[in-house]
Amino acid sequence: MKKPIYMDYQATTPMDPRVLDEMLPWFVEKFGNPASRSHAYGWEAEQAVEKAREQVAALIHADPREIVFTSGATESNNLAIQGVARFYQDKGRHIITPVTEHKAVLDTCRHLESEGFTVTYLPVKADGLIDLELLAATITDETILVSVMAGNNEIGVLQPLEAIGRLCRQKKVLFHCDAAQGAGKMVLDVEAMQIDLMSLSGHKLYGPKGIGALYVRRRPRVRLKPIIHGGGHERGMRSGTLATPLLVGLGKACELAGAEMNAENQRLLGLRQRLLDGICSRLTHVQLNGSLEHRLAGNLNLSFGFVEGESMMMAIKDVAVSSGSACTSASLEPSYVLRALGVSEEQAHTSIRFGLGRFTTEEEIDFTANLVVDAVNRLREMSPLWEMVQEGIDIASIQWAGHH
Amino acid sequence: MAYNDKVLDHYENPRNVGSLDKDDPNVGTGMVGAPACGDVMKLQIRVDDQGVIADAKFKTFGCGSAIASSSLVTEWLKGKSLDEALSIKNQQIADELALPPVKIHCSVLAEDAIKTAISDYRNKQKGAESV
Repeated sequence: MKKPIYMDYQATTPMDPRVLDEMLPWFVEKFGNPASRSHAYGWEAEQAVEKAREQVAALIHADPREIVFTSGATESNNLAIQGVARFYQDKGRHIITPVTEHKAVLDTCRHLESEGFTVTYLPVKADGLIDLELLAATITDETILVSVMAGNNEIGVLQPLEAIGRLCRQKKVLFHCDAAQGAGKMVLDVEAMQIDLMSLSGHKLYGPKGIGALYVRRRPRVRLKPIIHGGGHERGMRSGTLATPLLVGLGKACELAGAEMNAENQRLLGLRQRLLDGICSRLTHVQLNGSLEHRLAGNLNLSFGFVEGESMMMAIKDVAVSSGSACTSASLEPSYVLRALGVSEEQAHTSIRFGLGRFTTEEEIDFTANLVVDAVNRLREMSPLWEMVQEGIDIASIQWAGHH
Repeated sequence: MAYNDKVLDHYENPRNVGSLDKDDPNVGTGMVGAPACGDVMKLQIRVDDQGVIADAKFKTFGCGSAIASSSLVTEWLKGKSLDEALSIKNQQIADELALPPVKIHCSVLAEDAIKTAISDYRNKQKGAESV
């Protein structure tokens, strides 16, 4: 077993070796510019690009002509949100997005506010899901875009895309979905879900970093103002020479993810349950953050009461995970996603995200569960809060003097 | 973030973890920080008849630097008079553990814990005298 064990698959994934094999010829041997129409170097590259476009489209039941290649989901989110906002601003200047979205969406919306757009940041329920009635009530005549992610990066919660799509179509509002975490992990069908724009990322589904895609609906046609100008690549929506090897990798990664999704999800659900049982059968005061039912198979986010997240990560340093406690920053702010769920600051500081994926093994799960149990027990022995709980003191009743 | 070896040593082998009887008149207790901030330190000292700190114990909820800072001060406190203990400054703790700027607050918290514990002890002694 290699250590540290990688259990941070929502941060990034290793490339599948089968993806790398596909990419290798396109660096040195077949280096042509897919935009070169006058010779064979360009033609073979163009063929590779179009194959990749088909592979990406197939994963989300789109038409290949609806796929725009970008540098990653951050760029896709920027292009979708800014592009739609600027193109349709005469129709309206209101955008709706949940508070638990990724920073690439939230920060783009913040930027648009400075350009005179109005953004409603929709609260979520305690399980992390949005309230559809509230969304419906928030849509006005001014609303041009609703942006809701497929799967959350911190808590893995899956939003009801089909219902959101239906609502948006009915209200004649465009629906953008950031599927960086969802793509390849869950069934995504842009027709059935009535999604107008969808962001994808290569490195979250065992493909290369630095590549992503934006799905842009053709019927009814969705228009965008580009944010990157130049040679008019990608039907004018995203200029810049296409990175053939990265595209080939993204395409192969999408093909593999689609073909293996069902079996892989069953396997991951089994491993996740094993981890949850291994921890919760031996520890008290463990809280699951976010819905267990509506959740990516590879995500588990737990708060270990009375144990601070960063010290917890040190104690389990043989496992690479993330914490919802950002004690390393000057602000000491706990995760805004967990706070939006109504998780207390105290509990947010004790949260750990376990990200499972394609290369996670049962042996690694058992090792992790044992390590976590030992670490929590050790740190609780050292925790004044735990001592108070053992003495029957209600920690919430204490007036703390602290000020960060 | 990568931790300094001294922080790791205190974190992995914390000195003087535990509790003293907080109702003992010779014991001073300092509890500082807040769970919402991600740091709570409890520092306790037992003072002997000569006014020297005979024992020191801590329990800390917090990051590795917070645990190391409190562990370190329990070592420093033993054998010191109260005035000597009060002269310990957070900068000395930060220097000893080579804390990066974002972790300086851990050393501040440890200094606060010393002051609070001593003040608790002195209040108890005053209370005992006046009875």
